[in-house]
Amino acid sequence: MLVLGAVLTQILHIALMLGAAPLAVGLIRWLKARMMGRRGASPLQPFRDLAKLCAKRPLLADNASVVSEAAPYLALAATLVAASLVPGFARGMAFASAADLVLVAGLLALARMALALNGMDAGTAFGGMGAAREMSFAVFAEPALLVSALSFAILAGTTNLDQIGAVFRDGALGLRISLGLAAVAMGAVALAENARVPVDNPATHLELTMVHEAMLLEASGRHLALWEYQAGLKLTLWLALIAAVFLPFGAAPAGSGPLAWLVGLLAWGAKMGGLCLALAVFEGAIAKMRVFRVPEFLGAALLLALLAAALLFVSTGFA
Amino acid sequence: MLTALALGLALLGLLAGVALVPAGRWAGPVVLGGSALLSAGFALLAIGALAIGLPEGVLVLPFGPAWAGMSLALDGLSAWFLLLLGLVGSSASVFALGGPRQGLVAWPLFLGGMGLALLGADGFTLLLGFELMSLASWALVALDHREAASREAARLYLVFAALAGACLVPAFGLLGALDFAAIRAAPPEGWRAVAVLALGLIGAGAKAGLVPLHLWLPLAHPAAPSPASALMSGVMTKLALYVLARLLLDLCGPVQPGWWGVPLLAAGAASALLGALRANLEEDAKVALACSTIENVGLVTMALGLALLFRGADLGPMAALAAGAALLHAMAHGLFKTLLFLVAGAVQHAAGSRRLDRLGGLIHAMPRTTLLALIGLGAAAALPPLSGFASEWLLLQALLGGWRLGEIGLQVAAAAALALAAMAVALAAAAMLRLFGLAFLGRPRSPRGAGAREANRFELAGMAVPAVLTLLIGLFPGLALALAAPGIRVLVGPAAMPPVVGLAVGAGEGHSAYAPLVVLLLLGLVLVLLWLVVRRRSPALAERGPAWNGGFIDPPPEFVFGDPLSQPSAAGMAQPLRRMLGGSLLAGREAVTMPPPGDTRPARLEAGFEDRAALALPVPAARLRDAIADQVERLRGLTLRGSLSLGFATLVGLLALLAWLEAR
Repeated sequence: MLVLGAVLTQILHIALMLGAAPLAVGLIRWLKARMMGRRGASPLQPFRDLAKLCAKRPLLADNASVVSEAAPYLALAATLVAASLVPGFARGMAFASAADLVLVAGLLALARMALALNGMDAGTAFGGMGAAREMSFAVFAEPALLVSALSFAILAGTTNLDQIGAVFRDGALGLRISLGLAAVAMGAVALAENARVPVDNPATHLELTMVHEAMLLEASGRHLALWEYQAGLKLTLWLALIAAVFLPFGAAPAGSGPLAWLVGLLAWGAKMGGLCLALAVFEGAIAKMRVFRVPEFLGAALLLALLAAALLFVSTGFA
Repeated sequence: MLTALALGLALLGLLAGVALVPAGRWAGPVVLGGSALLSAGFALLAIGALAIGLPEGVLVLPFGPAWAGMSLALDGLSAWFLLLLGLVGSSASVFALGGPRQGLVAWPLFLGGMGLALLGADGFTLLLGFELMSLASWALVALDHREAASREAARLYLVFAALAGACLVPAFGLLGALDFAAIRAAPPEGWRAVAVLALGLIGAGAKAGLVPLHLWLPLAHPAAPSPASALMSGVMTKLALYVLARLLLDLCGPVQPGWWGVPLLAAGAASALLGALRANLEEDAKVALACSTIENVGLVTMALGLALLFRGADLGPMAALAAGAALLHAMAHGLFKTLLFLVAGAVQHAAGSRRLDRLGGLIHAMPRTTLLALIGLGAAAALPPLSGFASEWLLLQALLGGWRLGEIGLQVAAAAALALAAMAVALAAAAMLRLFGLAFLGRPRSPRGAGAREANRFELAGMAVPAVLTLLIGLFPGLALALAAPGIRVLVGPAAMPPVVGLAVGAGEGHSAYAPLVVLLLLGLVLVLLWLVVRRRSPALAERGPAWNGGFIDPPPEFVFGDPLSQPSAAGMAQPLRRMLGGSLLAGREAVTMPPPGDTRPARLEAGFEDRAALALPVPAARLRDAIADQVERLRGLTLRGSLSLGFATLVGLLALLAWLEAR
């Protein structure tokens, strides 16, 4: 029964993540459009775009290699495996024991490498520039993420996301300043990893300022559909990750029944919707920063995460 | 078993002798084939010893220094590094069979010196092997001595090797005995122990390329032929780390305080960051790989420092985790760096250059080499499920457990080290992408590169062995660590358990675990499903057309490889990191000279960097040498009476010293 429940919740979680990915992108676009006084396309528009692109054959550059054909599949597969590890509406899913934060970071690095290789494959200027910038941003995002993980490791004693969520959900920790600082750091990393404003602009048409889209300039047809889907899934993954760690309320505990799942589903939907709204408001209120200001932005995140850990050192030292 | 190993060493010496005989065209195959077979034998014996049981006791040779015979022994630590030596030695020897026959005398001596250093069970034997290794590898670096740069690299290498020897000999001398068992029974204490720490760190650090003693490494490793570079980066730096671990963790023993780990942690973190950053800026493939070696040596040193810290704080499982990370990463790096250096050699052979700005598009001409390079690249960039990720996962978990040290200073140090290690890992990924993307993807950048051919079968075989091992260690890190368990016990105490959960690795009881096999299965399953779903909806094959490139117009027909300006260059790929980090850490500079309007001169962009840390020690040292030389020059101007009194005073002084020593 326990195993069955774990497998069922895992399958449901993967299906939810897959469904939520285009929806989150569409929802954020729609919310931003409404806030800017436009009518905006329906939140379901990304589904239509993906369906159209997916049916089209891709056009590859003359000297593109097998990398261009394999990279989108690899990137999406790595992102999907990472997304299946991040806890969603329920705890104790089938992959819970493998849900390690460092592994999730590694899988996202694998997807990032596939994306950057794709950018360099055709030997075009924009692709190489985007790849170099994407990898450079990761140089600042990765330490901020891992030092945030240090705060969780101190409080929960592990980097397993399922256990972190379970420990934080018990509420024995209460509100902590250090967790707030870590949340800000994680949020900044999430913005950079997902190429959102102020690091990159997902809706840009000016090639010189873009990073993520620059690597996809040569992608078309079903390959472009896979890349778009991967970007949406990565965004959903990060929102779910932040929800799982910092907003662990309402998730169905391990081994619970369908009623708890329903409550968990509602809570998860509300959390994800709230995070989408917060992201839309933030993006609508802030301007994109220059590329070479990004290290300062992410460096501040790293400092906040270090401060969070240092606060914990001091407070656990007195405890 | 020890006899067999000693026999193997003797046979390697014999092979060096064979190379001296003018045996015509058979010398190469005999020497290199023999080296490959003997190295494979070493690897088999080492794996047997680790899996079945280590040989007891010590083999005392009937010759050696004046006071005793040389002694050989094999314990968990030396067997683990002997395994690495065997694996890398055999694949590099096979690879060398497919290239020009150079340095045939030095090659077996290099392998034998490393083997002797590993098997030595007393300070004399270890140092003898170590110095033999240094000299033989110097000969390999100086092989291309008609090139001024090569001569320069060899001279610098010799100076640093001499520095390493000059520090390690007194470090072993201060231990109070030569026989390892006797040292372990009475480890040094007080100021002597601190002196051993300082001398050992400088001596082994100079050989391993730890910052700030890394000046020689990016010059010397690429100057040697590629198989020798692979051996130097893959194994020789690990030997220096072996000496460091043997000296500080094993011989000085658990009586030493935990703060001994702090200098190792600091030097390791500095090396990891600086090496990885430089790997992003260098424009020569082999130099970039050598800089990445500095990074990985730094990561292993960090893990060793953490093991010392945890051992000093009585955190047994955490110490075992850190020691496991050190040993696994040493093995993983040894193999994937060998693979990458051999790939660089194959590329140089096929495309005529190792400058990234003359390569490009090799994936079309060398598909097999590209696949092997991709495996090495993935491991070096710490991507799951390859070997680099498994070992760096362990290291990051050990760093994430640094808060258990209790003391707030050490906790903050561990947190800072975690940030630097994470940054180094991400920098390594960026460097590997740049290396691979520029060399193998895109369009050719030179006519010679456009005419490249696939590597020959010896080269492919030599590259395939470390590639397969990289995959295997990545998928079964638990088995590798189980083999390393005797080595972990040597480092952190007889009760240590390796951080293993079945076939996976785990960060201790109730903590996180990483099961690469599960990750690979999931990835494979998702890939197949994705492929089926997408191709069902869109079954047509891809069309081909000119690159869109943001609407850039087609180049004129005389540009055979397209417009060179529309493809990223090595310096261009390095630009973001040079501006973001290089400015402060590597004195990076960038200046645009823009002629005034109406002037027909082209605008110029000057960019570059200077590794100040590398020059921080050698430049003052050279100044000191000149000052001393000036002073000594004055002696030549002494009068006859002055010279006589100086000689007399020296004689009296030495006699007084002798009398004082006799009286003690």
